Amino acid sequence: MKISRIIKTVFMADFVAGLLIAIKTIFKSSKTINYPFEKGKISPRFRGEHALRRYPNGEERCIACKLCEAVCPAQAITIESEIKNDGSRKTTRYDIDMLKCIYCGLCEESCPVDAIVQGPNFEFGTETREELYYNKQKLLENGDKWETVLAENIKADLPFR
Amino acid sequence: MPKIIINNKEVEFEEGMTVLQACELAGAEIPRFCYHERLSIAGNCRMCLVENKKSPKPIASCAEPAVEGMNIKTNTPLVDKARKGVMEFLLANHPLDCPVCDQGGECDLQDQSMFYGFDYSRYSENKRQVKEKYMGPLIKTIMTRCIHCTRCIRFATEVAGIPELGAIGRGEDMEITTYLERAMESEMSANVIDLCPVGALTSKPYAFEARPWDLKKTETIDVMDAVGSNIRVDTYGWEVKRVLPRVNEDINEEWISDKTRYACDGLLKQRLDTPYIRENGRLQKSSWDQALKLLISKLKSFDPNEVAGLVGDLADLEMIYSFKSFFEKCIGSTNLECRQDRIYINPQERMNYIFNSSINGIEDSDFILLVGTNPRLEATILNARIRKAYIKNKLKIYSIGDAGDLTYPYQNIGSNTSIIREIVSGSHEISHKIKKAKKPMIIIGDSALYGKSGKYVFETLKNFLSYNNFIKKDWNALNILTQQASRVGAIDCDVYSINEAENFSFFNKLENDDFKLIYLLGADNINFEKKNKFVVYQGSHGDRGAEIADIILPGAAYTEKNGLFINLEGKLQSAYKASYPPGDAREDWIIFKDLANMMKKPLGYHNVKQLRESINKHIQSKINNGVKKTNEVDFIEENISVKPIDYYYTNSIARSSKVMSECRQISKKFLFTGIEKAS
Repeated sequence: MKISRIIKTVFMADFVAGLLIAIKTIFKSSKTINYPFEKGKISPRFRGEHALRRYPNGEERCIACKLCEAVCPAQAITIESEIKNDGSRKTTRYDIDMLKCIYCGLCEESCPVDAIVQGPNFEFGTETREELYYNKQKLLENGDKWETVLAENIKADLPFR
Repeated sequence: MPKIIINNKEVEFEEGMTVLQACELAGAEIPRFCYHERLSIAGNCRMCLVENKKSPKPIASCAEPAVEGMNIKTNTPLVDKARKGVMEFLLANHPLDCPVCDQGGECDLQDQSMFYGFDYSRYSENKRQVKEKYMGPLIKTIMTRCIHCTRCIRFATEVAGIPELGAIGRGEDMEITTYLERAMESEMSANVIDLCPVGALTSKPYAFEARPWDLKKTETIDVMDAVGSNIRVDTYGWEVKRVLPRVNEDINEEWISDKTRYACDGLLKQRLDTPYIRENGRLQKSSWDQALKLLISKLKSFDPNEVAGLVGDLADLEMIYSFKSFFEKCIGSTNLECRQDRIYINPQERMNYIFNSSINGIEDSDFILLVGTNPRLEATILNARIRKAYIKNKLKIYSIGDAGDLTYPYQNIGSNTSIIREIVSGSHEISHKIKKAKKPMIIIGDSALYGKSGKYVFETLKNFLSYNNFIKKDWNALNILTQQASRVGAIDCDVYSINEAENFSFFNKLENDDFKLIYLLGADNINFEKKNKFVVYQGSHGDRGAEIADIILPGAAYTEKNGLFINLEGKLQSAYKASYPPGDAREDWIIFKDLANMMKKPLGYHNVKQLRESINKHIQSKINNGVKKTNEVDFIEENISVKPIDYYYTNSIARSSKVMSECRQISKKFLFTGIEKAS
C-alpha cells in the first residue's frame, strides 16, 4: 500500500470530500420537482399525444393524403377519405390506436400540411383500453385544445426543418 | 436481322423497330411519358433521350428508327444530364399537389422524378394555370397537372375512334380539351385515365376513395359482356373500389369498356344479404334453414315437369353446372333454359354458338360482314379490335342492318333477310367479295337470330360458308356475337330446352303456363307474366327477378367467388375471389349442394375441385370439329334491324350502379343506333 493511501485512510480524506459535496448541495436549489403540481420543461420536438390541427378559419388541415398511414411503422393509423361538396379531399375517418402507437413521430414528419402533430401532452392515461382508440373527433378536440402550444412548437422548430 | 450496339452490347432487332424498342430488347430501361406501345409515336415529352455516337446531340429514342450499326448509350453523364433537364422543365409547371392527387403512388412522373428530379426548384415564377375541362361523369380533370404527352388525344382518335379530344394553343398555353365541353362519346373513354402518366385525368367515381397501396389486388375476369376482358379488381375490405384492365393480347389487349370499369359500384348497392320469403304479399326476412325447407316442400309439391329453371347472364360455370345437376338429380326436370333473350341457337356443334375466328383473328381478316349486330355496344372491346384491323389493313366492312356509328366506316347493304338469300344465291355483289376473300368473317348478332327468321339466317349463312370452304380448321368464318358472359358456358353445359322440331319449347311452355315453379338463377332480363307461378330467385342483386320472387336466396356476385367463365370465343378463363359475399349470402354452387343434401340426393361432388373436374369432363366432350350439314331452311322474309341496347343497363349489377345511370342519362343525349335514327 502506498504512503499517500495510508494517509488518506487515516485522515478519512474521502469521507471529508464526500461530506463537503453534501454540504455544498444543501445551499443549492432543489432539482426534483413536485410533479403533479410542478412540471419540467419540454422540448418543442417532444412527441406526446397526437392532435389534428385546423387552419385559423376552422377548416381541417388534413387532406387525407394517407402518408402518415403509409409511414406508420406500427400501423396504428386508419384513414378513410371522400370528396367533399366543395371538391376538396377530406377524411371521413381518422383513427389512431394509441396503444399500437410507438410515438416515433414519423406521422408528424410525413405530414405535408402539419395536420397531424404530436403535442406536449403526455398525461393521457386512461382506465380502459377503449378510451385510447382515438377517432377523428377526439384528435380534432385535442388540436383545438392545444393549438396555441402546437403552433408555437412548430414555429420554434421551423429553422431546423 | 440487323444489329445495333446498345451500351456496348450487340443486339439483334427487327426491321422497323425504334431505338427505344431496341433498347428494351437490350434490357436498358428508358424513361418515357408520351410513348405507348399501342399508340402512334408523338415524340413530344423528350424524356427518352439517349446518346447516339454519330449525332452531336442526344436523340429522342422513341421517334428514332433503329438503323444497322447505330451505337447507342443510355447511361452516360450526357444522357443523365439531358433527362434531368427535361424533367426540370416538366416540373416547372407541374403543381406540387401529390398529397391530394389520386395518381399519387402510381404516377409515372412521381416515379421518374425520384431518379431524374431535383429536390428544389430554381423557378420563382408562378406556375401555369389551366381551367378544368368537363369530360363527362367518368373522367375528372385537373389540367394544371398535364404535361402534354397527348396520349389521351391519340387514344381517342386512334383506338376509340372519336376525334373529340384535342389540343389548342401552343407551348405553355397548350391545353387538352374536348372543344365543346361535352362528355366523350365513347364506351371505352375511361382508358385515358390509365394512359395518363400524371394525375391530369383521373377517375371521377374513384376520386379520393383510396390509395393504391391500400388496396388488395386480385386478377380476375370481367362479366359485363361476353368478351371476358381480363381485369384487376382492387378492394378495400369488402368494398370493390375500382376495376382496372390487365394485359391479355388475345382478348382485350389492355383496354376495357367503361361498363366493365365502373359498374363495380353496383356491387355495393341493392345487395341481397339474407334469404327472404314472401308472406301475405310482402317479402319478409328469413333464415337459410326456413327458406330452403320451404323451397324443398314446394319442389316436392309440384310435378317435375312443372318446375323450370332459368340461368341468368352473369352465372359462372360452377353455378350453371351445379344448377343443372340439381335439376336433373334432385328434381328430375329438364326444363332448363339460358336464353333470356329468346334467340335461335343450334347447339349440335360447339362452333354454332361461339366466335370461331377469335378476337385475334379479326386482325388477319380481310372482309367482315356484320349481320344484325352493333359490336360497339354488344362487345365494345371487340369493336375496338375491328377498328384496329380497319386502320391497319383497311379491311372492308359491310353490315346487314343499320348499326349506327361504329367508329369506323362500313357499308350498310340493306336490312332484310332477302339480302341473305341474294348473297347465298350469288346474285348480290357481296357474295362475290366473300368468295374472293382469303379470310372473311361473318359476325352474326342477336338481332339477326331473334325472331322467326333466326333459324333461316343462321343455317343459311353456315351452309353458305361451309359450301365455300370457309369453315376449316385454320380459319372458321362463322362467328356468333353473344352478349352474355354466361351464354357459351351455359350452352356448353347443355342448359337449354331444344329439340329437333322446336328451338323455343321452353318459351312456348312458359307462355302456355305449363310451369308452376320457376327457379331464376340470377335471371333478371326476362319478362313473363307471373300469374300464380311460384318464383324462386337466387342471385346477388335485388333487381327485376327478386321483385317478383316468392323466395329469395342471396348469392355471390362475380367478384366474390372463384368461378370459371367461357368467353364468346369459347376460351375458358378463371375468375378469382376478390371480396366476399355480404351478410348471409353464399356462393351459389354451395346453395345447390346444401339443397341436394337436405333432399338426401347428393350431387356427387363435395368440393370445388371435384366440381371442376366434372365440369371439365363435360366441356371436353363438347369440343369436336366435324362439320354437320344441316338441311336447307325455308326462306322467311323479315327485317333485320339492330335492336337498340340500353348499354349502361344490361345487367343487374350495372342497373344498381349510380355511375352507370349517370352515364346512361348523358348517353341518351347523343348515342343512337340505327333504329332511333330512322324514327
